[in-house]
Amino acid sequence: MIFKVIAKQELAKLFEALLANRVVGPVRKGSDKNGTPIYSFEVVYDFTQLQLDYTSTQYPAKRFFLPYTETLCTFEIAGDSWEKKVDFNIYQPQVLFGLHACDINALNKLDKVLLESAYPTPYYASKRKNMFIVGIDCEPQPYCFCRSMGTDTALHGFDMFLTDLGKKYFVEIQSAAAYNYLKHMQTSDPTEEDHLRYMAVEEARHEKFMAQVDTTDLTKILDMEFQSEVWKHWGDKCLSCGTCASVCPTCYCYGVAETVDLDLKHAAKMKHLHSCNLIDFAEVAGGHNFRPDSHTRLKYRYYHKHRGFVEAFEESLCVGCGRCGEACLANITVPEVIASVRHEEI
Amino acid sequence: MERLEFVDVLKEERPEAPRHDLGSFEYTYKAEITNVYPMTEQEKLYQIQIIDPEKRRGFTFRPGQFVMLEVPGIGEAPFSISSSPIRRGDIELCIRKVGNLTNFLAKVKRGTQVGISGPFGTCFPVEKMYGQNIILIAGGLGIAPLRSPTMTVLENRSRFGMVEVIYGAKRPSELLFTYLYDMWRKFDINLNIIVEEPDHTWDGPVGLITEILQERIGALRDVLEQETYAIVCGPPVMFTFVCNMLMAAGLPMHKMFVSLERRMHCGRGKCCRCNVGSTYTCLKGPVFDYWSVMNLKEAI
Ligand SMILES: Cc1cc2nc3c(=O)[nH]c(=O)nc-3n(C[C@H](O)[C@H](O)[C@H](O)COP(=O)(O)OP(=O)(O)OC[C@H]3O[C@@H](n4cnc5c(N)ncnc54)[C@H](O)[C@@H]3O)c2cc1C
Ligand code: SF4
Ligand code: SF4
Ligand code: FES
Repeated sequence: MIFKVIAKQELAKLFEALLANRVVGPVRKGSDKNGTPIYSFEVVYDFTQLQLDYTSTQYPAKRFFLPYTETLCTFEIAGDSWEKKVDFNIYQPQVLFGLHACDINALNKLDKVLLESAYPTPYYASKRKNMFIVGIDCEPQPYCFCRSMGTDTALHGFDMFLTDLGKKYFVEIQSAAAYNYLKHMQTSDPTEEDHLRYMAVEEARHEKFMAQVDTTDLTKILDMEFQSEVWKHWGDKCLSCGTCASVCPTCYCYGVAETVDLDLKHAAKMKHLHSCNLIDFAEVAGGHNFRPDSHTRLKYRYYHKHRGFVEAFEESLCVGCGRCGEACLANITVPEVIASVRHEEI
Repeated sequence: MERLEFVDVLKEERPEAPRHDLGSFEYTYKAEITNVYPMTEQEKLYQIQIIDPEKRRGFTFRPGQFVMLEVPGIGEAPFSISSSPIRRGDIELCIRKVGNLTNFLAKVKRGTQVGISGPFGTCFPVEKMYGQNIILIAGGLGIAPLRSPTMTVLENRSRFGMVEVIYGAKRPSELLFTYLYDMWRKFDINLNIIVEEPDHTWDGPVGLITEILQERIGALRDVLEQETYAIVCGPPVMFTFVCNMLMAAGLPMHKMFVSLERRMHCGRGKCCRCNVGSTYTCLKGPVFDYWSVMNLKEAI
């Protein structure tokens, strides 16, 4: 691992150099009714658009690597015969400028299931392999529980990571491509003082986490409490709207539907991200629904994230970003649901 | 300004996963429906042949596995392979019309081209059952996944002890593969067919599968604990009943196999639609031993 420090104004030069590619970063989209800024990941063209001190975005950067709707293939139909064309829908590298540790960890988790398991998916692989990530440290918000999930720092999965030391950035470099871009900035080796400053900044950040989730023995507890009444309590509140999945940086479930053009000569196979809270998630032809009740679907979402994924990959499929709880109209948050399953006071 | 290098993932070497190269993900074998036999009002048997002769020979599967069948612009869905593995890429699927794709298929004629991908999922471990008695039990459309292991058992008849086949349907008109029963009987097997609601054409047994099973368990009691395997295909209520009866009679749970059905949109462990508890039916199933099913949350 290589560490450097740069003066803050140098960062604009890095941005300029990266602009030869498509650059996506946090921008301010407006304010909510209390005047709190709303941030979003968008394609950016100018360094001044970037809001690197953003709190969190409502939606993750998911649409740039797991689009909500994607064409998997197209068909040219001629009578009884047809030709299939597959396109992975990426034509140039993308730069994600200013991802927080949780969102980088979300990508690392998606890698496990989408790249490193049986049947790796090329649609995700091609976007992931053509991604340059500049990570940046964050200011913990009251709803963030990434520290409980072990995702408050990113160990890998990025090219460059910036930590704000006041007048300078502390820069961690993890790829040859990132190293290559250093030449566009004036960098220097960190001094012992920079190291100490970095440690102090990190320690101060750790102190700020408020929300917590106790994951001790959680896989077993979820099994034991499978029939627990608390699921019904949350199920009764849940609107089955699927918002939690669409704002989640790690939710990847989908459905496939085929469409045919009016001329009957062209057809396409479309993938749409789905949500396990939606009523038809487990419905089969003939009308049987394996999860007809909202509480069984909500329970399944927790079960998949905090048990199934742990069983398969020894980590949970939740990075504790808190987006789902913030977005939920029924105020269902992960820390509260898990605490209730553990019979803790909330 | 400086451009990043564009990576073509198909050209990258992936030493970690040589078996599942990225290029094959959306890959479908082009296949032709070579024949369609109507079997009942609801179900037809489709003979489907992979067009490329080399790919056809290279297509191997095991009893219990399924394919994803795609009709461009209409849809894609999982179907159990009903034919014998020795026929390779010349497969048969028994399909009931229930929705978009299946109603479309109910209308197609031979010559239509479809896409086939797979085979996917786990299989019935027929080779492990060599030297033992086998009970094959199907309810309703469960005969579709059961036919492939049944064919394999018959093709290797001398390797097995007693073979019992029990198949039940609601009405005589709903029985599938009727043209095969006489042939199957020639293999020294005990074939029991039962219907719940007989009509004038029916002179066989009447009732539920479990009634015939009760009778047969009496005859097999001495061998159940040690030398017998069972394969049970049908709706969850049916296989739970059947497996519990067999278990009570002494057949160990890990020697009974069932096939689960769930919604599937990929067959490759990616869409999550098929999850039972948090187990992927398309990867860890559809064939599970009964012990595993009992340990799956939400299975029954
Ligand atoms: C492992 C397995 C083996 C199967 N084997 C057979 C078989 O041998 N014969 C047979 O007739 N049927 C079988 N089925 C059921 C068959 O897949 C459904 O009947 C079929 O998906 C219905 O598709 P549709 O487009 O007509 O229905 P629609 O209701 O229009 O369904 C739309 C889509 O939803 C999904 N879907 C709906 N129902 C099911 C379902 N029951 N299972 C999986 N996905 C579903 C599919 O992706 C389908 O394309 C099997 C299912 C599974 C999981
Ligand atoms: S938990 Fe909240 S966001 Fe998720 S489906 Fe239920 S109501 Fe919608
Ligand atoms: S489940 Fe909620 S807290 Fe966890 S990663 Fe998804 S959106 Fe963030
Ligand atoms: S069918 Fe998509 S994950 Fe199993």
